[in-house]
Amino acid sequence: MSMPFYVSPEQLMKDRADFARKGIARGRSVVAVQYADGVLFASENPSQALHKVSEIYDRIAFAAVGRYNEFENLRIAGVRLADMRGYAYDRRDVTGRGLANAYAQTLGTIFSSGGEKPYEVEIFVAETGDTAAEDQIYRLTYQGQVTDEHQYAVMGGADEVVAAYLKEHYVEGSSLDEAVHLAVAALGQGPEDGNGSSGGRVIPAADLEVAVLDRTRSQPRKFMRLVPARLEALLGDREPPASAPESPATEIDPTDIPVDTPDASSGDTPG
Amino acid sequence: MEDSRLPASYMTPGTSSFADFLSGQAPDLLPGRRAVPQGHAGDLAPHGTTIVAATFPGGVLMAGDRRATMGNIIAQRDIEKVFPADEYSCVGIAGSAGLAVELVRLFQTELEHYEKIEGMTLSLDGKANRLAGLIRGNLAMAMQGLAVVPLFAGFDTAAGQGRIFSYDVTGGRYEETAFHSVGSGSLFARGSLKKLYRDDLDEAGCVTAIVQALYDAADDDSATGGPDLTRRIFPVVQVITAEGGRRIPDAEVAAIADAVIAGRMNRPDGPAAALT
Repeated sequence: MSMPFYVSPEQLMKDRADFARKGIARGRSVVAVQYADGVLFASENPSQALHKVSEIYDRIAFAAVGRYNEFENLRIAGVRLADMRGYAYDRRDVTGRGLANAYAQTLGTIFSSGGEKPYEVEIFVAETGDTAAEDQIYRLTYQGQVTDEHQYAVMGGADEVVAAYLKEHYVEGSSLDEAVHLAVAALGQGPEDGNGSSGGRVIPAADLEVAVLDRTRSQPRKFMRLVPARLEALLGDREPPASAPESPATEIDPTDIPVDTPDASSGDTPG
Repeated sequence: MEDSRLPASYMTPGTSSFADFLSGQAPDLLPGRRAVPQGHAGDLAPHGTTIVAATFPGGVLMAGDRRATMGNIIAQRDIEKVFPADEYSCVGIAGSAGLAVELVRLFQTELEHYEKIEGMTLSLDGKANRLAGLIRGNLAMAMQGLAVVPLFAGFDTAAGQGRIFSYDVTGGRYEETAFHSVGSGSLFARGSLKKLYRDDLDEAGCVTAIVQALYDAADDDSATGGPDLTRRIFPVVQVITAEGGRRIPDAEVAAIADAVIAGRMNRPDGPAAALT
């Protein structure tokens, strides 16, 4: 196909970036929080089968927002890369940095190649070390940019509101219990859907996907999902005021909220 | 791999099997794909010997002696031949030691890979069949003397019981009831267990029966190592129950082995079974 009009490279890249950003913003946020024993991931995801947070290797986890089919491909590629390297060399030779680099190259090539549409995804690759100081969270954007995040990180959906809440409330070296509360309360700051009103919602435990990389686990595989029953036990004492002290929405009975909001969900993927 | 984009084959959905993926990407890493020149290669590398497994109510046990031999030479005194395959299963190996360890690594990766890609573990039968497939791939090597014969045991979470599977070099898979043994000393170990095993033995009783069986195997088979009292080297014992798998600590196995040896001081042939 010929190109009838001249489009400046700046404009072309900007259009592609806008396209990818819009796709990512439609989904709900994923939060990664460093705590005393490792890294915790939380996201609002009613599906028990389609995961946004997954295990890649012994100490490495993957979280993503955006288009499900695209980040699922990246996840599978990551598992294959990690298993291949661990098999050919040794389990210790599989690192989060290597994986993040491979993802960055892949996303960057796809973004700048004219033939493919850019991936509408954003990814976290996290790795636990032997101490909290060695924990790593890498953020990868649709254009293949890598940033090294510290303490906490948010992507997708209403990331600014959620990040603002985390910035205010984050405490270093917190326990698992505190970290779960913080992450879930932060997610509750985001809107119910892509463009609903925001506020301190109480997200039911069944609608949460929470997983940890816990360095204190005795097995070599440090990744563990917190199943709804465990979450229920951890979050049992939740009350709307506790999770959103200055929110005006606290007077509403939390059970009313899901029915109350206008149905404006944009039929996107579970991401 | 870091220098460029992930290859398209990595991004293509399809197989959940690591071995299948490897056969497309790096076939040289698969143990069965190597061309071995004609002739008998069996004497070139150490051989692992006796593995024993037995079920008890609520679980299954597997144990292996610690000797690897090369002809008349003891190649290694403290080799480990029983490995956890995943949380609910374990595999013990007899035959060409190097190949067997490589095969176990492939099998472990295979199970973990499937679990990560699919988000769920294979059924115990599925795992047993995958192992059969991997053994089958090694047939050409087996015909040149580099056979690998595993014993597979696991806790079937669906059925709520321990199960044991044995294999032949062609990948034949056979489910065993109660107990089984493979390797050079397996005839003696199986004979011993026939007289000692009862299906109401608890975990500790079952460990004792298995240690007795390995002692009997070592007693009559020169390639099987008995308990090494001077170096304090005792069998590796893996136990799998509904809570998952764990290796019984050396100190516990040592205590049981010491009791077995103390008994043999009085009666070298081991405990006597009733005649009727």
